[in-house]
Amino acid sequence: MIIALAASAYLLKMFGLVVLGSRQLPKVFDRCLGLIPAALLSALVLKDTFSLGQSLVVDARVAGFAVAVIAAWRRAPLIVVVVLAATATALVRAI
Amino acid sequence: MKRIFASLNEPELRRVVVSSLTLGAAVGVFALSFGVASVSAGASVWQTCALSLFVFTGASQFSAMSVVGAGGSLAAAFGGAVLLAARNFVYGLALSSSANSMAKSLPRRLFAAHFVIDETTALALGQESPRLRKVAFWTTGIGLFTFWNLGTLIGALAGSAIDPQKFGLDIAFPAAFIVMLMPHLRSKLGRQAATLGGALCLISISFLPVGVPILIAAMAVLVGVRGDN
Repeated sequence: MIIALAASAYLLKMFGLVVLGSRQLPKVFDRCLGLIPAALLSALVLKDTFSLGQSLVVDARVAGFAVAVIAAWRRAPLIVVVVLAATATALVRAI
Repeated sequence: MKRIFASLNEPELRRVVVSSLTLGAAVGVFALSFGVASVSAGASVWQTCALSLFVFTGASQFSAMSVVGAGGSLAAAFGGAVLLAARNFVYGLALSSSANSMAKSLPRRLFAAHFVIDETTALALGQESPRLRKVAFWTTGIGLFTFWNLGTLIGALAGSAIDPQKFGLDIAFPAAFIVMLMPHLRSKLGRQAATLGGALCLISISFLPVGVPILIAAMAVLVGVRGDN
């Protein structure tokens, strides 16, 4: 899978830079492509916080999630957000 | 390279190189998180490093490991990661008009392609002259690549030594994703796509194989079809 992903990532980068050149993308396409991170990252956040496998679960991770949202909203650096979130979750688990 | 160091007397060039290296250091710390999280999700140190060396696009790497760590199929992990990597194609298009000045020969351009990511594109396009764009692209590209991979290696080695649950490391992925998501929430369309994508994912989790809900969430980009900001 790593090889396939590496190849695909490279091909995507290469096609834009080398092959397609300065052809313009239709605006709609451009807009929708730009929304992929918003849609997928949101889905990933919710899946990783509120599910385990195929079940919806609420557990200690909610604490980390809440802390992460606040810290990220206050523009803390990534490592700070991760450390704070992990600490919150670990603390709730330890109680 | 020697020419670049020699001309660090020029304030413009110095500014670009310093920005690139600062970004590199920040990304290196990000890479530490990736290394630790990836190994906690079950990847080996080698697999983790391979992802950073050969895929070299952060959101995709995090996403792939998140799905695999949750027990998803490799296909689902791959699908989500490729979707997240699609924006690099747009970056390539954006940089292609400068491609001639950045990399003169085809082999060099093919080599440059590996470094087409958010940060190199942003820094390069932020420059006014072709020469500065070239310096920005390559300094950021090679600098980030070095920091990213060193960070990944160190993180992966450190992560192998600790118990993920005890340290709350399973929250590392979502925490990183939240940080990555924030800038996208600034636009109305971004907020709509995020809300719809999140909802689609949660709804489909109970009845679709692990990881597939992430791909379903991608349909949320269709809010962009009609929309204007």
